[in-house]
Amino acid sequence: MKVKRQPVIWLQGAGCTGCSISIMNSVSPSIKNLLLDEVVPGSLLQLVFHPTLMAASGEVCIEVMLDAREKKEGSYILVMEGSIPTARGGIFGTVGEKKGEPVTILSRFVNLARGSLAIIAVGDCAAFGGIPAARPNPTGCKGAKDVLEHEKIDVPLINIPGCPPHPDWFVGTVAHILLYGLMSPDDLDELNRPKAFYGQLIHENCPRRPYFDEGKFARQLGEEGCLYELGCKGPFTYADCPLRHWNGGVNWVIGAGSPCLGCTEPSFPDIAGPFYKKISDWEKLKPPLK
Amino acid sequence: MEKVIIDPVTRIEGHLRVEVTLDGGRVKEARTSGTLFRGFEIILKGRDPRDASQITQRVCGVCPIAHATASVFALDQAFGLEDKIPSNARIIRNLILGSNLLQSNILHFYHLAGLDFVDLTRLARYEGENASLRTLREFLAGGNSSPFLPRYEGDYRLGDKANEELASHYLLALEVRRKAHEMLAIFGGKMPHNVGTVAGGVTENPTVDKISSFLWRVNEIRQFIDNVYLGDVMRIVEKYEDYLEMGASGCQFLSYGAFNLDRDAIDKTRGSRLYEQGLADPALKLKALEPERITEQVRNSWYENGTTNRHPSRADTVPSENKSGAYSWLKAPRYDGEPCEVGPLARLMVGYSWGHSPVQNLVEKSLAAMKLKLPALQSCLGRHLARALDAKLVADAMAEWVVELKPGDPVYVPYELPDEAEGMGLSEAPRGSVGHWIRIRRGVIDNYQLVVPTTWNASPRDDSNKPGPMEKALEGIKVKDSRNPLEVVRIIRSFDPCLACAVHFVTPKGRELKIFRIR
Repeated sequence: MKVKRQPVIWLQGAGCTGCSISIMNSVSPSIKNLLLDEVVPGSLLQLVFHPTLMAASGEVCIEVMLDAREKKEGSYILVMEGSIPTARGGIFGTVGEKKGEPVTILSRFVNLARGSLAIIAVGDCAAFGGIPAARPNPTGCKGAKDVLEHEKIDVPLINIPGCPPHPDWFVGTVAHILLYGLMSPDDLDELNRPKAFYGQLIHENCPRRPYFDEGKFARQLGEEGCLYELGCKGPFTYADCPLRHWNGGVNWVIGAGSPCLGCTEPSFPDIAGPFYKKISDWEKLKPPLK
Repeated sequence: MEKVIIDPVTRIEGHLRVEVTLDGGRVKEARTSGTLFRGFEIILKGRDPRDASQITQRVCGVCPIAHATASVFALDQAFGLEDKIPSNARIIRNLILGSNLLQSNILHFYHLAGLDFVDLTRLARYEGENASLRTLREFLAGGNSSPFLPRYEGDYRLGDKANEELASHYLLALEVRRKAHEMLAIFGGKMPHNVGTVAGGVTENPTVDKISSFLWRVNEIRQFIDNVYLGDVMRIVEKYEDYLEMGASGCQFLSYGAFNLDRDAIDKTRGSRLYEQGLADPALKLKALEPERITEQVRNSWYENGTTNRHPSRADTVPSENKSGAYSWLKAPRYDGEPCEVGPLARLMVGYSWGHSPVQNLVEKSLAAMKLKLPALQSCLGRHLARALDAKLVADAMAEWVVELKPGDPVYVPYELPDEAEGMGLSEAPRGSVGHWIRIRRGVIDNYQLVVPTTWNASPRDDSNKPGPMEKALEGIKVKDSRNPLEVVRIIRSFDPCLACAVHFVTPKGRELKIFRIR
C-alpha cells in the first residue's frame, strides 16, 4: 500500500514553545511515532517546517517553507503555535527576511493560511490570543480566528486551546483528519474546539466535586476539600483533564492540589485571573451554552 | 568582507537572528538580535502578585520552572516567608526544578544541538537490525526527508558506527526527556507550566507512592546519563576536538546558586546549596555575589542613554529606536561593569572555584577520564560536556532528596497579602542565572523585572563597547564555507540560547508604548 504523507507546516508566533514541548510529551503515539511512523495505517505526517526540530537554519529553512507553500498548495495543514502580533503592521514578531527586510509573523501566517488545507491553532495563544494578548496587549496580539476573519480567509480552523494543550488533544485531532477527513461543524463547539476533548466542564468530572456538593472547601493550598474558594476555575472551563490526566497519566492540576487556571478558555488569563482568588464575577465567566 | 545572516536560528527556544562579518574567512564581528517581543513586564503590571509565578512561566515553555522558582522566591521575600517555607516544600521545589533541568539538558544535547554533529540522513543506507533505525531508514527512503533535510552541509565527522548509535540515542532521548516531565508532574501537576510551585511552598503533599514513583523515574534517567549521555558527549568530543579550542567567551562566570539545602535559610546569599553562588574569572578566581552590583547598560541598545547602568529593581526603559550605533533590543547586563557568561559551565566553574567537593570531584574525574585539562571546558564542546555533568550532579542529588520527604508534614504556609512590599528571587535555569525583582503597591504588582540567562549571554556591547559573551565567543572563528556556516551555529547553540526569555522585557519600538514606562 502506498503510504500517504500529510505535509504539515508548523509556524511559531508570539509564544513560548511550550505547546511544542507538550506535543513532544505524547505517550502513545510517541513523538518518535509522530515524526517517523504511520500515525494511522497508511498515513504519516511530513513535518516540513518546525523551528524547534528542523535541521535547517536561516535562508535554507525559509526556502523549505516557501517551497512547500507553492508546491503543496491546498494540501498542507498549517499548525499555528503562539499568538500573532498585529500592532504596527506586526513588527513585534518577525521570521526570516525578504530582500534584506524582516518578514512579520503576521504576513507569514496570512500567506501560509491562504494556501492551506486546514489550520490547527495549537494552544491558547494561537486560538484566542492567550498570555501575549493579555491586558494591555502591548503588541496587538490576536488569535488565528481573528486574523483569518480580518483577512477574509475561509479555511477550516480547529482550535486546540490550553496553556499548553494536552498532547492527546492535538494527536486525536490529527488522527481524525487522517482517518475520517476534516472535522465537520458538528464535531466542534462554537469556539472551534473538538467536542471530543472540550465537551464537558472540568467541574462536571472533578474527583473533588463531592466536596463542592457537601460544602467542604479547602481553606489553604495543600488541604483536602474543593478548591473553589481558593480560585478554582473548573466551574467554567471546558476540558477533559480530570478524566485524561497529564504527562503519561501521573497527575493533573487539581490532582496536585492546585486550583484549575481556566487555560482552555478565551478568558485566560485576564478574567480567569487572579488565579488564586474565588470567582467574583460569574456573569463574565458564564460558560457558553452548548 | 562578507556578511552572513542567519535568520531564523532554529533548534533553540524563540526567535533569533545572527549576523557575522567575515574578513578573510574569519569572524571579525558578530551581532545577535531577538526578533520577537511580547512585553511580559507590561502585562504583569497591575495583577495579583501571586499570579506572577504562573504568568512568568509562560515566558518560556522549555524552562518555565526556573521562572516559577525565581518568582516564588521573590514572592516569599515580599510576603516575609523566606525562613518559614517547610522542608517538604523546599525539597519538592528542588525536585521540580531539577526534573526540568534534566529534560532541558537532554533535549538540548540530542534534539537541539545534536543535529549539528550527527548525520541522521546517512541512516538512509542503514543495514543493521536496530528497529528504531530501520524505521528511520524507511522514513528517509520514502522521499522527502524533512525535518532532517535540508540542512547546512559539510563537516559531519562521526564514523558509521558512532553515527548510528547517536542516531538511535536521538530517538531514545525523546522518550527519556518525556519521562523527566512525567517525573516532574508527580509533584508539579502538569508540564509544561507546572502548578505545584507557589508562593508559600507547594500545593502537592508527598505520599509514599509518589516518592517511590519519583525515585524510580529519576533512577532510570540517572542510568541514561551515566551509560548513554556522558559517553555520547565524549564521542562527539573525540571527533570534533578542535571545538574544545573554539568558542570560549573569555568572560567571568556567574552563578546565582540553586537547590537550597538548608532547612531554614534566612540569608539567601549565605545558605548552603547544591550549586554555590558567586563569580569566577576564567582563571577561577572567586568572588562572592553582591546582587546590588548588577546593572543594565544601554549604550548599544535602542534605549535612552540617560537610563544606562541602573540596577534592575530601579530600571527604567525608555526606547530610542533611532539611536545611532545601537543594534539590539537586548540591554547589556553587567556585574561591576563586566559581562558574564552564565549556564551549566558557569555553575560548574563557580562551584569548582568554591572548592565545593561534589562539583570538584565530578569535574576532575570526568576530565581525567577524557585526558583533558580544565581550560578545555571553556569552549564550544566544553559547554556540552558541562551540561551533561550538570545533569549528572543534579540527578544523583535528586535521588537522595526525594527520600528526605516526610509524608504528613506541611508543604505550605499561609500568609497575608501585603499592600506594599519588595522582593528579589534568584535561581538557575538550565541555561543560566535568572533573577526576578518585584515591587508591590496597593496590593498589586507595581513593577516586575526579569534578568534572564540569554540576556547575559547574548547581550550586545556595553557602555565601554565590550561585547557580550556570545559575540565574544564568535570573534576570530574561522568559517570554512559561508554558505554553510556550521561553526557559527555550533557555537551559538552551545550556549543553549532561549530568546523568548531574553527579549520578553524590552520595550518595543514605537513611541506610543512610552506610556507604559515604569519608574
